[in-house]
Amino acid sequence: MTGLQGWLDQPGVTIVLVGALVGVAASLLGAFLVLRRESMLSDAISHSVLIGIVLAYLLTGALDSPLHVVGAALAGLLTVWLTDVLVRSRRVKSDAAIGLVFPALFAVAVLLINVYARDVHLDTDAVLLGEIGFAWLDVVRVGPLEVARSLLTMLVITLVNLAFVVFLYKELKLATFDAMLATALGFRPGLVGYALLALVSVTAVGAFDAVGAILFVAFVIVPPTAAYLVTDRLWRMLVLGCLVAVGSSVGGYALALSFDVSIGGAMASTTGVFLLLALIVGKHGIVARALRRRTPGPPPSILRERETGGAP
Amino acid sequence: MELLALFSDFTVRTVAIGAALVGAVAGVLGSFALLRQQSLLGDTLSHAALPGICLGFLIAGSRRLEPILAGALVSGALAALLVLLLTRTTRIKTDAALGVSLSLFFAFGTVLLTYLQRHAGAAQAGLDAFLFGQAAALVPRDLVVLAVVGGASLLVVVLGWKELKVTTFDADFARSLGRPVVLIEFVLTVLIALAVVIGLQLVGVILMVALVIAPAAAARQWARRLEGMVVLAAVFGAASGVVGALVSASYRGLSTGPVIVLVASAFVVVSLLLAPERGVAWQLMHALAQRRSLRAHRVLVDLYRLAQDHGDLDYASEQGMLDAYFGGPTGHVLRRLERRGLVSRAQHMPEEGTHWILTGDGRRQARELLTPFGERDAAVDGATP
Repeated sequence: MTGLQGWLDQPGVTIVLVGALVGVAASLLGAFLVLRRESMLSDAISHSVLIGIVLAYLLTGALDSPLHVVGAALAGLLTVWLTDVLVRSRRVKSDAAIGLVFPALFAVAVLLINVYARDVHLDTDAVLLGEIGFAWLDVVRVGPLEVARSLLTMLVITLVNLAFVVFLYKELKLATFDAMLATALGFRPGLVGYALLALVSVTAVGAFDAVGAILFVAFVIVPPTAAYLVTDRLWRMLVLGCLVAVGSSVGGYALALSFDVSIGGAMASTTGVFLLLALIVGKHGIVARALRRRTPGPPPSILRERETGGAP
Repeated sequence: MELLALFSDFTVRTVAIGAALVGAVAGVLGSFALLRQQSLLGDTLSHAALPGICLGFLIAGSRRLEPILAGALVSGALAALLVLLLTRTTRIKTDAALGVSLSLFFAFGTVLLTYLQRHAGAAQAGLDAFLFGQAAALVPRDLVVLAVVGGASLLVVVLGWKELKVTTFDADFARSLGRPVVLIEFVLTVLIALAVVIGLQLVGVILMVALVIAPAAAARQWARRLEGMVVLAAVFGAASGVVGALVSASYRGLSTGPVIVLVASAFVVVSLLLAPERGVAWQLMHALAQRRSLRAHRVLVDLYRLAQDHGDLDYASEQGMLDAYFGGPTGHVLRRLERRGLVSRAQHMPEEGTHWILTGDGRRQARELLTPFGERDAAVDGATP
């Protein structure tokens, strides 16, 4: 036990663990967003959860009440719902709808901070850039151990996301690849979609403290995208995405230390290195594609694609 | 009044003029982005400006606007290029490519920002003002830069109007005409990047996307032609800029960017509700009017058929019977028809209650309504006993 505590007392370990958990939690959900072509919703959500956090703060006066999670989840769902309403009104296209809703909500949140919460920790820079470097300062007791609060939060969120993906794997897969069939079989693909986005919102809140709002988007989108270039199987994509996230956390921390820069920013930037790697070595990467062009293989046929298990 | 007094203040006037410029240019170029369904490219471009801002600052060594804008433009263009590369050469879809480009450039930007803050001494010079925009940082000399850049991009739009228009609405057709579509799309992307870049100082990288999309989306509701839409978007954008700048100047501590964005969003909401033909309220009124006229037509025809069935065109139908025939209360419909002179009241002696007769006009209109259904002849037959 003391060995574990000694380990946890090192700031670096806590920081890397928090970063890795944010990455795993985010990329587990991100894989489905990327496949559903809804990646930019994570960007929208990561901005607009701020209004949930601010309202929860104004209501309770505390910065870490459980109401934050509820507020953020509601704010995220509000974003998705408003976007949906705009699109269904058929007066704006879906891309513009996203771009109209989240800046408005985010602007309201920033102004609320401007007016009511000027002198609290809730400043906008921290929200955007995160303060993972101080993660180890704020600890709570769990049994015999002293654990950083954000580490504990992210651990819970990661476990919830993992459970969501594992237990609803079949439903998620079906809703992602063939929503029509899912409906016909009596599943509710819409409901699964909303649950997914609610979890994205909750994860965004947890990630706020650690890597900030926009760097969270990097963890949602980049690792699954890199994995998408390497494999055709969903479960491999999920596992690879998590590995990339963990690798980025470790590598990013090392980079941040050696150049003395933002840790969250360095972690998010490192995901880009993995994407570059996937572009080079992945079977759907740029190099593989160029090679395939040079050596004419068997002509692609619908039949062959079906046999190999069907990439979307 | 208070706002007018503010306007005479020198600093506030500078900010208001700058905001109007930025809003107008963003409105014009945002129209093209909106119609090409590239609204979120604006989001990527604005976030991706951050590393460029830092590099521009690093190279110039000062907070002069020109190098910073140049840096922002270059990194925006690189981000757009990355999106293009990912979507054209791999199976990554547009949304993921936009997200990848946005988050990686922004991440690198924060790395650079913290590097500058910690290593370039005290000279970080409020670079974080570029995150949310800071009106107070705008000096008259910056206005010249904004005017030159904005004016130049508007000039390109005017000169290349026909090409931009045809590429926006039908790129394939433009290609078949032999237009250099790839070049035109590139120019459009650069122009949108320019619109984003000149707004960074006032609105900030996070929210600049709204100023690109919102005025254009609002204008789209009112206009049927590109010309009208672009002009209207410019007006909405400029108005958002001025109002936002003045409001944020009159209350201490309000960031400029969010206020401008909220004003622009208000324009969108009002337009969505009120615009003729496309507005929600307008369509609601239209639907109500249509339902009303449909009810009136049905009651007229019912009256006519009843008269016909009785072989008497002056047959007075009892209102209760009409209700049953119609399948609901008809009183208010009949009263409205009475006001238009299509029906008149009659008393049928032994019975209580109002009875209704078609007037000559009413009969004529009922026949016209039935004509498309080929019932006219039958009607005439029935009318002659």
